Amino acid sequence: MNATQIEPTAALAELKEKKPDSVTIVCLSGDLDKAMAAFIIATGAAAMDMKVTMFFTFWGLNIIRKQDTTSSAKDWMRKAFGWINKGGTENLPLSRFHFGGLGTMMMKKVMKNNRMPGIPELLETAQDLGVQMIACTTTLGMMGISKDTLIDGVDQLAGVSTYLAEAKKGSVNLFI
Amino acid sequence: MIESDFKLDTLGYFCPMPIIMTSKKIKELVPGQVLEVASDDEGIKKDMPAWCETTGHEWVGLEEADENSVHVYKAYVKKAGG
Repeated sequence: MNATQIEPTAALAELKEKKPDSVTIVCLSGDLDKAMAAFIIATGAAAMDMKVTMFFTFWGLNIIRKQDTTSSAKDWMRKAFGWINKGGTENLPLSRFHFGGLGTMMMKKVMKNNRMPGIPELLETAQDLGVQMIACTTTLGMMGISKDTLIDGVDQLAGVSTYLAEAKKGSVNLFI
Repeated sequence: MIESDFKLDTLGYFCPMPIIMTSKKIKELVPGQVLEVASDDEGIKKDMPAWCETTGHEWVGLEEADENSVHVYKAYVKKAGG
C-alpha cells in the first residue's frame, strides 16, 4: 500500500478552515419567552455571518403557522385539539404568568414600551437575514397541520435525518 | 476621538438589534471605512468586539460619553476586505 502520509496538524488546520460556522436550533417550545430566546440567538448568529437553520417541531410549529389557523384533520379529536391549539405568533403564551392571556398581554406591552422586538418582528428579521426554516413533517401530520397553513418562507418540510445532517456540520446546536 | 465615515444610531434598542443593524449598515461601506455605532446598551462593549472577531471586520475601539443624560457607548468598526 502506498498511502499518502497525512500530516496531522495540517489536516486539522484544513478541517478547521473548511468547517463552516453554522448554527442549528430545534424549536420545540411554542412559549413566547422561549421562542424569543431562539430568535435572538438565530438573528444574532445570522448577523455574525453564520449559517442558521431552525427546525420547528411540536409546539414550536405554532410559531410558523399562519395567525389563528386550526387543524385540517377530519377526525373529531384532532379537530377539537386544533381549536384550543391555534397557530400564529400572536397566540404564543408565556411559559410563566400567562394568566389566561393577561400576563402575556402585559409582557408584550412592556416589551413594546421598551422598544424590544416581539416575535413577529424577530421572525421577519430572521427571514430577512436568510435564516433557514424547516418544519417537522411528523408533528405536522400528527396534529393535522397542513402545509398551506404555514407562513410563507418556510424553506422545507423534513425529518430527523435532515436535522442531524445539518447539526453534524454545525458548531452550535441548540434545543429550545 | 476616533474618526468615522458613517454613524449608526441604535439608542434605545436592546440586544440583538444593535448587532443586526450593524451587520446591515456595514454593507453600505467600502473596505477601510469606519462605522460608528452609538448604543446605550452596555452589552455592546463585549458584543461588538465578538462580532468583529467572527465576521473579520476590524475592531477599532470604544468611546463613552454622557449625552442628554444618557450614557452612550460608541463602538468603532473598520470594514474588512478589499
